[in-house]
Amino acid sequence: MTADSQATFIRRALLEPEPPPLAGGDALTRGRARLFGGVFNTVLTVASAVIIAALVWPALKFLLINAVWTGASRVDCLPETVGREVGACWPFIKAKFVQFMYGFYPASEHWRVDVTYALGAALLAPLLIPAVPWKGINAILFFGVFPVVAFFLLVGGVLGLPHVETRVWGGLLVTLVISFTGIIFSLPLGILLALGRRSHLPVIRALCVVFIEFWRGVPLITVLFFATYMLPFFLPDSWRIDALARVLIGVVLFAGAYMAEVVRGGLQAIPRGQFEGAMALGLGYWRTMGFVILPQALRLVIPGIVNSFIALFKDTTLVLIVAIFDLLGQLRAAFADPTWATPVTLFTGFAFAGMIYFLVSFGMSRYALFMERRLNSQQRR
Amino acid sequence: MTVDIQHASAPPRVAIYNRPKVRAFLYQLALLALALWLGYEFVLNAKANLAAQRITSGFGFLDQTAGFSVNQSLIPYSESDTYGRVFLVGLLNTLLVAGLGIVLATILGFVVGIARLSPNWLVARLAGTYVELIRNLPLLFQILFWYLAVLRALPGPRQSISLFGEVFLNNRGIIVPAPTAGEGAGLVAAAGAVGIIATLALRSWAQRQQARTGEQFPVFWIGCAVIVGLPLAVLAATGFPVGFQKPELRGFNFVGGVRLIPEFVALLIALTTYTAAFIAEVVRAGVLAVPRGQTEAASALGLRRGMTLRLIVVPQALRVIVPPLTNQYLNLTKNSSLAVAVGYPDLFAVFAGTALNQTGQAIEIIAITMAVYLVISLLTSALMNWYNARLRIVER
Repeated sequence: MTADSQATFIRRALLEPEPPPLAGGDALTRGRARLFGGVFNTVLTVASAVIIAALVWPALKFLLINAVWTGASRVDCLPETVGREVGACWPFIKAKFVQFMYGFYPASEHWRVDVTYALGAALLAPLLIPAVPWKGINAILFFGVFPVVAFFLLVGGVLGLPHVETRVWGGLLVTLVISFTGIIFSLPLGILLALGRRSHLPVIRALCVVFIEFWRGVPLITVLFFATYMLPFFLPDSWRIDALARVLIGVVLFAGAYMAEVVRGGLQAIPRGQFEGAMALGLGYWRTMGFVILPQALRLVIPGIVNSFIALFKDTTLVLIVAIFDLLGQLRAAFADPTWATPVTLFTGFAFAGMIYFLVSFGMSRYALFMERRLNSQQRR
Repeated sequence: MTVDIQHASAPPRVAIYNRPKVRAFLYQLALLALALWLGYEFVLNAKANLAAQRITSGFGFLDQTAGFSVNQSLIPYSESDTYGRVFLVGLLNTLLVAGLGIVLATILGFVVGIARLSPNWLVARLAGTYVELIRNLPLLFQILFWYLAVLRALPGPRQSISLFGEVFLNNRGIIVPAPTAGEGAGLVAAAGAVGIIATLALRSWAQRQQARTGEQFPVFWIGCAVIVGLPLAVLAATGFPVGFQKPELRGFNFVGGVRLIPEFVALLIALTTYTAAFIAEVVRAGVLAVPRGQTEAASALGLRRGMTLRLIVVPQALRVIVPPLTNQYLNLTKNSSLAVAVGYPDLFAVFAGTALNQTGQAIEIIAITMAVYLVISLLTSALMNWYNARLRIVER
């Protein structure tokens, strides 16, 4: 502001005109200008090309060209035995594959895990494809019936299925169980908390705010420690909660608080007229929310919800710190196996697990993007 | 379909339990009672369980001798120090890795975010691939990768990888030259301070000059020369009191220099690269949120690309960038607790890890740890709200 009051200078003469900016030309000219226009730009292009070459070629060499595909132990993956530079040691993954997928779930019962996966996939696929009808029934089956079926299938103890303790669960199975449980419980919890935070009743609002801000303010790992070491103190001595269940409680509370903030964003975007319209029609609070507000609000925040799911999926890796062996935990355990100790074992293992994590997260984020575009195009009309 | 008009004219009689105010009160009372009852049960159970397991509650353990060593400490610490001291050591280590991580992640994040918007196709794609790859892999996975597959896989001290004979990489860490300050080092620092003050004065003079005459003064280059040149001149005049002590290999280990433990380096690299990917997205969104018309108007006024960015786009983009950026800083601080996976002695690892195992004071220790992170979070949000209020567009 001070500069304005002192601005006594007014330019009388025009500056020399600058050369016109680059425009037009065919694709080749424009492309060349974009990549090599100016010294700085050329340097950037060359530097990028060098970085790409320095990363892609060694990665290809490691994963495919120099990789060892068959073998029975570490000896087959040593350069002395192979007689050349050694890339990924895929026999290591093959030997540990069952461990990575099922943990120590008894081999005779693996079919139960497979059936659960197949059932889940069969119910999830039509839910994700917008063109498939019967979304309502499908959602009830997937979010309501499937978890119960999966629980009894995996835990057993009914219908002649032998009981399998969660202690022996591991690998991708645990990763998916935690992610899925977190997802189906955190969404309803998040919706309730978000509604509570937007409520006009001061006590309910205050309780929800404290709950949400508390869980969002602490790291997940402290939540897992809380659930593992502190929760047992707070519950009656007769309640013996399974270690995996305790972790699930922690994950659900944590994810629920984050979900609440996402849902709140959607609720805030709904115009007041919608509430007033519903009220004028004589709908009560729950009907207003259930039939008018939430269907619109949740639709708006689908991308945000999926992003929370991605974060949750990635966060499941933290359970290895409280001694539950998910995919990453099994990977770490497999590294300690002396039968497969070679210089390339670590990179091979990380490459394999990395691909699984990347594919799932990337797939989810692409789906969120697809839904976002679809919803936007519907709204544009 | 007939409406009873007589009834509509009189206000309907509602049962007392159906009046909105009464209902609201009852609902809240019920919820409050439930919350209080749960809390009461928790306290009761905790008391009974602690008594059954013969654990004394309270914070007296903070004065007991810890008796374990910590492999990195910013303050003097020995095994005979107390758990209270351990807490402080851990807290400082957390703040160290979080502070450094925030600075580095901001720089890398801004570079990548701007690179993603570059008209140079190759640069934009490279930055995009980086963001997608890093964002879609779990952070713990990346920490373990850097620690196990990269830093622990380095050769032993005797076969250290040497960078220009100054920095040495081996499986015990990264050894960098240690700065040494002799007599007259204070003068050099003072010269630097004088340079900065002089540059600030010059800048305000140049702004007034430009407002008066329209002439621009090259403040940036002269400022750089003053800030760098003045301390250098003093350095030369006092006979180079500030130097670096080069690390040397003696026997099986290095003498001299500062050793950064691999746990710290792995955690810092992973936190920095991971958060930078998110910051890059925040920056990109912020820049894209500035309407195209602003850039076009700046071009029409004859501003060059650099000036358009500096004077038009960045100040407006910052308004959008700052709130989510603070969120990322908070995430980084909270994520630094993953240090426990590689054994970097941060607050969580030494306090909620080792100290908890030794004392068994689960309730107190986890409560303290959670409280520390909560206080950091709340303080940061408060600071951000204040900053946001300052940056907000003042509308009439």
